[in-house]
Amino acid sequence: MTKHYRHWRLETGDDNIVWLYADKADESTNSLSREMLDELADIVTGLEDSTARGLVLLSAKKNGFIAGADINTISQAKTTEQAAEFIRFGQDVFNRIEKLRFPAVCLIHGFCMGGGYELALACRYRVALDDPGTKLGLPEINLGIHPGFGGVLRLPLLIGAPAAMDIMLSGRSVSARSAKKLGMVDYVAPERQLRKAAIDLINTKPPAHELKGWKTLTNHALLRPLLAAYLRKQVAKKAPKNHYPAPYALISIWEKHAGNRKRMLQAEEESLSRLVVGDTAQNLIRVFFLQTRLKSIGDKKLFAPKRVHVIGAGVMGGDIAAWCALQGLQVTLQDRQEKNIARVIKNANALYKKKLKDRVLVQAALDRLLPDMNGLGLRHADVIIEAIFEDKDAKHALFRDIEPKIRPDALLATNTSSIPLETLGEALTDPGRLVGVHFFNPVAMMQLVEIVRAKQTRQEVIDKAAAFTRHINRLPLPVKSSPGFLVNRVLMPYLVEAVVLESEGISAPVIDAAATGFGMPMGPITLADTVGLDICLSVAENLAGAIRGEIPQRLKTLVQEGHLGRKTGRGFYHYKHGNPADGKAGKSDYRPADIQDRLMLRFINEAVACLREGVVADKDLLDAGMIFATGFAPFRGGPLHYSGQQGVTELYRRLVELEEKYGDRFKPDAGWKPDKEPQPTVARDYAGNEL
Amino acid sequence: MTQKRKVLHDAFVVDGSRSPFLKAKGAPGPFTAANLAVATARPLLARMPFDAAAIDEVILGCVMPGPDEANIARVTALRLGCDQHKPAWTVQRNCASGMQALDCAAQSIALGRSGLVLAGGVESMSHAPVLLANSMVAWLAQWTKAKTFGARAKTLAQLKPVYLKPIIGLLRGLTDPVVGLSMGQTAEIIAQRFGIDREAMDRYAMRSHQRLSHAMDLGWLKEIETVYDTDGNFYREDDGLRRDSDMEKLAKLKPVFDRPFGNVTAGNSAQVTDGAAWLILANEATVAKYNLPVLGKIIDSEWAGLDPAQMGLGPVHAMTPLLKRNKLSLDDVDYWEINEAFAAQVLANIEAWKDSKYCREELHQRGAVGEINQDKLNVDGGGVSLGHPVGASGARIVLHLLHVLKRNNAKRGIASLCIGGGQGGAMLLERQTLTAAE
Repeated sequence: MTKHYRHWRLETGDDNIVWLYADKADESTNSLSREMLDELADIVTGLEDSTARGLVLLSAKKNGFIAGADINTISQAKTTEQAAEFIRFGQDVFNRIEKLRFPAVCLIHGFCMGGGYELALACRYRVALDDPGTKLGLPEINLGIHPGFGGVLRLPLLIGAPAAMDIMLSGRSVSARSAKKLGMVDYVAPERQLRKAAIDLINTKPPAHELKGWKTLTNHALLRPLLAAYLRKQVAKKAPKNHYPAPYALISIWEKHAGNRKRMLQAEEESLSRLVVGDTAQNLIRVFFLQTRLKSIGDKKLFAPKRVHVIGAGVMGGDIAAWCALQGLQVTLQDRQEKNIARVIKNANALYKKKLKDRVLVQAALDRLLPDMNGLGLRHADVIIEAIFEDKDAKHALFRDIEPKIRPDALLATNTSSIPLETLGEALTDPGRLVGVHFFNPVAMMQLVEIVRAKQTRQEVIDKAAAFTRHINRLPLPVKSSPGFLVNRVLMPYLVEAVVLESEGISAPVIDAAATGFGMPMGPITLADTVGLDICLSVAENLAGAIRGEIPQRLKTLVQEGHLGRKTGRGFYHYKHGNPADGKAGKSDYRPADIQDRLMLRFINEAVACLREGVVADKDLLDAGMIFATGFAPFRGGPLHYSGQQGVTELYRRLVELEEKYGDRFKPDAGWKPDKEPQPTVARDYAGNEL
Repeated sequence: MTQKRKVLHDAFVVDGSRSPFLKAKGAPGPFTAANLAVATARPLLARMPFDAAAIDEVILGCVMPGPDEANIARVTALRLGCDQHKPAWTVQRNCASGMQALDCAAQSIALGRSGLVLAGGVESMSHAPVLLANSMVAWLAQWTKAKTFGARAKTLAQLKPVYLKPIIGLLRGLTDPVVGLSMGQTAEIIAQRFGIDREAMDRYAMRSHQRLSHAMDLGWLKEIETVYDTDGNFYREDDGLRRDSDMEKLAKLKPVFDRPFGNVTAGNSAQVTDGAAWLILANEATVAKYNLPVLGKIIDSEWAGLDPAQMGLGPVHAMTPLLKRNKLSLDDVDYWEINEAFAAQVLANIEAWKDSKYCREELHQRGAVGEINQDKLNVDGGGVSLGHPVGASGARIVLHLLHVLKRNNAKRGIASLCIGGGQGGAMLLERQTLTAAE
């Protein structure tokens, strides 16, 4: 066993126990590439012939065991045959580990996801590190695929079908302790006992975990159709089959083949290789890469803030403050009214309980969030975020007041969505230090932060803002300081078109259904009601140019009458206990055929305009922004990617048709280049430099 | 004892804060003691030029910390971001725990052990533990041993309803375990001794409310920090104040301790309350190092013992030697804070000092010590109107007295409390007065 491997390390002790470390070369994270599996196959061949007493499988990486199969390897499969070959190979290696003559123990810390957990499933015993950082799961569904290295076979047999299908269908990851409760691991142990646990298990060879009681029945052939029907119904509520085929495929193969080892592995292979080359998976993989790209924009090493001071405990300021404290920063939250801060603390407590669960961690997060009516935190803060109401004079007065008090090296940011940074900067003696950090509501769900660059903003400030964004685990997107920046500007024509449709007499649920049918997470009418109609109106007024027409009178009237949406109990919908009482479409509701086009083409047309004007540097960043700020149908890969897939010429033709029918607001932007994909006039890198 | 005490380093009070005092309303209040202590200290530390890690020592007085709050001072210190390598300890001298913390801090500074100390007191009386009876604990032990169905059935049959009767920790805590009297009964004893009747008690109580409402209206309670719970509420004022308090209403209340003939009622006793108070103490070098403001100086303190059945008279037993040692007469003291555990008890202290027999026999003085000018005593109300969270009051009255001295540009004050179990504590404070030229 002296052979040297690039991605694995073997150690054999005097006790003849083999310790196999996953240690992928040139990477900080283990992900199973073809090369890594090739080496593993070779190692297993050696083990099959060896006199070893036991195998311990673990990781040499700090951040975890194995984060899954290598996405590059997955995405490079262009044909179902290529994909099938890779899957078969992986299945074979795992099967051989399962069949080793001696016990195999998997020691799990940090991320143990997807293929990594499937490898763990092939071992006789699994021991997880008792630490909040330990995360186990089978998240393949999030990429439009399902497990293929035996996960669909082994997990239901190990923990019962209901829990196993929940883990695979939701894609959620679970903590070490939850995994123990579910049966996904046999033991949890603190770091100090982890190695001893492995040795003890090999020495004592207790029987492997087995399903007991009623749970064994859940995989029974007579019950499977019932459970499958139930699962399909549950999945349909969240993911329509035409957009997301993977969960349905997963349910089907389990229903047909559960318990039949050979057939199930074959079905995993066939189903997965078909899914992986499909549009949904390819687009979701694209979204994964887009996310990686956004992450790379902020360099955490550049700037390591510890204290954040947020001014304004409104919805946005409060959410930003609570989020920053959750992410480990010391936060002071300033407002003139105690009741605003009190509301934030309440919401923060609810958020922390949901995210952290552990009482001690919740307390620690709350302790990091300090109400600060007197602005005591200003002097010490590394980052100052202005989030008061949208009023130029008020913001000017605030900046004049705080500029002399804050540290010269502190990052000064504004969360304004409508006042040009150039204007705000006038109140500062050093306007070059002001940058926009534009968060989206709700902050805890929307990953994107627009980093807004005014003409005068210094590059170093932009870089710091991007670094800060990464420190709080959000995704930075540098945008030009032009009205609406990127996201609101692209969203607004779509929202306004929805209001126009509603004014034309089409029912709100029908309009919303057209958008959700496209794959938007929430219909535009519901979105407007949720954001608040007063806010929509003020953003719309600010974006008169992008609206390309009048702001509908209907919106103005509702605001005048005080019907501001969900928060006042009435907007376009009437709300009862927070839910729309009139949110279901009637059967006789009028449904013109072009609703979806009218909504989505206005969205895409504005995206094309933003690209042409260089609001963002390139097409991928634009798509990423819209996906991570608005939840734009991720399986479509982003608005511009979608238009490319649909055919730019075809969409252009449909826009021209709509223009003839409804007028100028559908006029295709000058950025449309029929016959090819839209291009920016000037290519820029993320920082806005011309390329 | 009459020799003036020597100190190596003066203990300066830099600043302080307290929570609003929140009346216990039966159920556990919105804050545990640790949460209240943390919420009150955070804004205080935020306005300091130094980091929490610079603090050498944290000392906190608390009578009944919760089950998750063993050594509550350490729990609080770590949550506040103090240095792990710096010590924190909790002190308990019943009603004077908060003042004890300050005295310990001053001693630590005087001896040169610490240069910067965070000290105070906290109590969440509404969270006082409710305990199982011993008989119940014994039964539970048996139950865990019973493994078989038969054994369990047998054990279950032995469970008597009386075992389920809880022990209210708060009531036990407020009862002297040696003489077997509740604190209210000790107040009845000294009221009778000095002829203080129901009307005098009620009149005193009413004045306490009036003084507090006056102080609130004029914004004199600046040491209060708003605290926020996790249910969307905030608290910025003492909520025990009854602005509508009048003699008629007070007269209607029934006696609660010597029922039904006594005089001490809920209306003329301190309220059961949750609260926290903190002070930052520093030596001269630390004051200079960070250019800290100075609110005043702790000059000296005194602790005394007396008959537990008359614990309410503790203040005169502590204040008398304090005055003598510092060669001060009553007129030399500009303002007084005597914690209002009971209206009767504050009045009894005043009477005791006026009583030459008592002063001779009990305080070893040649004659009556004198009469405290009540216009200078508890000028902004006290325990009767704003409550007496036992561990916190000692720190609160010191902090508030310093603010009273500052407001009146006065120099010297004494803060004192009676202590359950038969003790008294007193602390002499001074501040630098400003002359017109400054």
